[in-house]
Amino acid sequence: MAQHTSRTSTLKKTLIASAVAATFVSTALVSTAAQAENTLRMAYDADPVSLDIHEQLSGGILQLSHMTHDPLVRWNDSLEFEPRLATGWEQVDDTTMRMSLREGVEFHSGNAFSADDVVWTIERLKRSPDFKAIFDPIESVTAVDDYTVEITTKKPYPLLLNLATYVFPMDSAFYSGDAEDGDPKDEIVKNGNSFASRNVSGTGPYTVANRQQGVRTEFERNPNYWDTESPGNVDNIILTPISENATRVAALLSGDVDFIAPVPPNDLERVRESEDAKLVTMSGTRIIFFHMNQNRVEAFQDPRVRQAFAYAVNQEGIADRLMKGFATPAAQFSPEGYAGHVEDLEPRYDLERAQTLMAEAGYADGFDITMMAPNNRYVNDAQIAQAVAAMLARINVNVDLSTLPKAQYWGEYDNRAADMMLIGWHADTEDSANFHEYLTACVDLDTGAGQYNAGNYCNPELDALVAEANVEVDLAKRAAMLQEVEQTLYDEAAILPLHWQDLAWASANHVNIKPVLNVMNFPYLGDLVMDAE
Amino acid sequence: MIAFLVKRLFHALLVMFVISIIAFAIQDNLGDPIQQMVGQSVPESERAELREELGLNDPFLVQYARFAINAAQFDFGYSYVFNEPTTKVVARHLPATLELVAAATFLIIVLSVPIGVYSAIKPRAWISRFFMGISIVGISIPVFLTAIMLIQLFAIGVSWTPFPVDTGWGNWLNDVISTEGGMPAYGRGDPVAVFGTWETNFASLEGLTYLVLPAVSLASIMLPLFIRLIRAEMLEVMQSDYVKFARAKGISMRRIYFLHALKNTMLPVITVGGVQIGTLVAYTILTETVFQWPGMGLMFLDAIERSDIPLIVTYLMIVGLIFVITNTIVDLIYGLVNPTVKLAGKSA
Repeated sequence: MAQHTSRTSTLKKTLIASAVAATFVSTALVSTAAQAENTLRMAYDADPVSLDIHEQLSGGILQLSHMTHDPLVRWNDSLEFEPRLATGWEQVDDTTMRMSLREGVEFHSGNAFSADDVVWTIERLKRSPDFKAIFDPIESVTAVDDYTVEITTKKPYPLLLNLATYVFPMDSAFYSGDAEDGDPKDEIVKNGNSFASRNVSGTGPYTVANRQQGVRTEFERNPNYWDTESPGNVDNIILTPISENATRVAALLSGDVDFIAPVPPNDLERVRESEDAKLVTMSGTRIIFFHMNQNRVEAFQDPRVRQAFAYAVNQEGIADRLMKGFATPAAQFSPEGYAGHVEDLEPRYDLERAQTLMAEAGYADGFDITMMAPNNRYVNDAQIAQAVAAMLARINVNVDLSTLPKAQYWGEYDNRAADMMLIGWHADTEDSANFHEYLTACVDLDTGAGQYNAGNYCNPELDALVAEANVEVDLAKRAAMLQEVEQTLYDEAAILPLHWQDLAWASANHVNIKPVLNVMNFPYLGDLVMDAE
Repeated sequence: MIAFLVKRLFHALLVMFVISIIAFAIQDNLGDPIQQMVGQSVPESERAELREELGLNDPFLVQYARFAINAAQFDFGYSYVFNEPTTKVVARHLPATLELVAAATFLIIVLSVPIGVYSAIKPRAWISRFFMGISIVGISIPVFLTAIMLIQLFAIGVSWTPFPVDTGWGNWLNDVISTEGGMPAYGRGDPVAVFGTWETNFASLEGLTYLVLPAVSLASIMLPLFIRLIRAEMLEVMQSDYVKFARAKGISMRRIYFLHALKNTMLPVITVGGVQIGTLVAYTILTETVFQWPGMGLMFLDAIERSDIPLIVTYLMIVGLIFVITNTIVDLIYGLVNPTVKLAGKSA
């Protein structure tokens, strides 16, 4: 009996012990699971203006789009197309493309993704003031079946896949009907509140958990994300806008945030040498250049004068010393990887040649011009303008320079208020034709051609060539045409190119940002991997 | 008293009216809000449509009248950036600024009174000279530099090794002059909600750590001024007849310093202080920008960057109102401290 009791008690003890142990183990498991939650704290210089991804065509909105939505296709790091929500595509005839869509994808709301959502999204894009211009070539979109769409263009259009990188299918059921205030949920409001600017349902890797505009936005990993092969292991993202450059860098170096962009050029060395952070830089696609206004200055109508300016400016010096290597010197619009990029076009700094050309054109004694540049839009923009003004002084051109904050600058730019004006341009379509259409095409207020052509350079032959290229479906032929355009612009010195501005990001050591970064500056944060600290 | 307050209310309205006119008159120079709203490929026709929709093409007086009529009903318009009423945006950002100003004011009072008084009583002590020297430096260093130095020292940390590291004393000295870092470098962290739009950093120790660096750098502007002001006033009071008389009567020095002299020293300090608190609200623009403190100053700078005219106008009017309110409170306190001052200025 006694023995029995003791045995029971031993048994009891064992049971209790194992129960306790089990509790400990499970607590331990729970706590390791809690620790395994990866939270990425990141700081950009600004936060997206809205949650409505069709409200504005800007870098910030597109960065958001890649977090909360998925595009039909996206660029990979060698500027090729990678299938996302579209799994395949074929050209049916000259003006029709058929796309097959991914099956089994769910929106954040739980609605299933289908061809109707793609149709709905593209139709909404065609209504968006910001996107309608680049979606103009599309005539119609139809759903063939649940997972197939057909896109018809007005004319043969070679850039349809470029456009598809801007199509982030939205949840049509979620955005249909009226919001509480009686306005339709799908309306696009530039100024004012709309349902879509506050609520988001996409297919993307993250959902928006909380947003205080201008203060912080919190994202959570979408538990039902379709891309199960994505290596991404980030569970939460906290995005804080830090506009002050020095503070953004300090926040990274002090460990308050894990990922920052952009890194200001003055702090590149500091971040590179820091043991707590790593830096990633890339040659960017944004061209920084000057327009030379031929309507305001008669001398600029003479190609020799424009060439003299091109010979007088030392792009490599600016990139090297002023930009501290944070720029790639340019002699054309198109960066490497673009169809129109001409390998041989190099900056042509040659002061003697510049002086000879000025003399040949009858301006050996130079002339006076005005110059304007923004002072807070591009990296070192005001200093670049000062450097160029000093270089032009060596061919006896006397420059009266004024620099303005960007909020004031663009008004002056629209008025073409100076003889030379600085501007930076990134082709929304990632395509060479875009540069010419907006920047060097003959100005036509009705069609909007040459909208930013503050040089009033006009060469109808080039306009015709670009128009032809835009309906040329043979990509090799098309590239040859666009290269001819670049070559002509270079020969005639239509503009004064300076450099492509580099891109820079930095992160804490345990965040592997490099694989998710690209020249478009859309970090694919869904695929981001964080190591244990 | 009531007459005085009513008069001040009219002052406030007048100030806000004048500010709104000025803000409206300069809006053309603040940049084009349309430019900030649209992407680069948006054609001119679309922009013109949007401009018309926002009423930006109307003549100045029409625009102002529309604004004034709405403002009279406490509707100051919609922010272009935040897409909600500007009053709501300001209300959300106001608590952060007020907390920062309160913390800085606390630091200023707690530090300036003892230091000022001490250096007046013992003007030749080395510690007084030290504080006077520091205050000259403090007054001449711009606030953003102070802020960035604080971040470098206490958020990132610095390690200096001018002394040999292989000796015990060298290591010790190196440690003394190096800093650990670890303080938060930006933002408010996770403030605790109190009610409405008011979230506070005073509720937890963690919240306070976020407040320390911004408050110190904001206080650094006014602190030297107040130390010097209190010291100068105190020195003057100590020379006055009643203090000499009190000393002759044999009253303890402690009592003379802190009861008799200090009271009279504080009179001009209150006047200056009240005005300076208004200025402090304005100085938060710099401090908040460096520390990314989500208050009104940061909001205002952002609004200027993005040409958010309704928000700019609202901010300016509210800061004007704060100035009037602080001045009114100062006058009221002044009346309490010094009974010879008549508020409405008509004793006869």
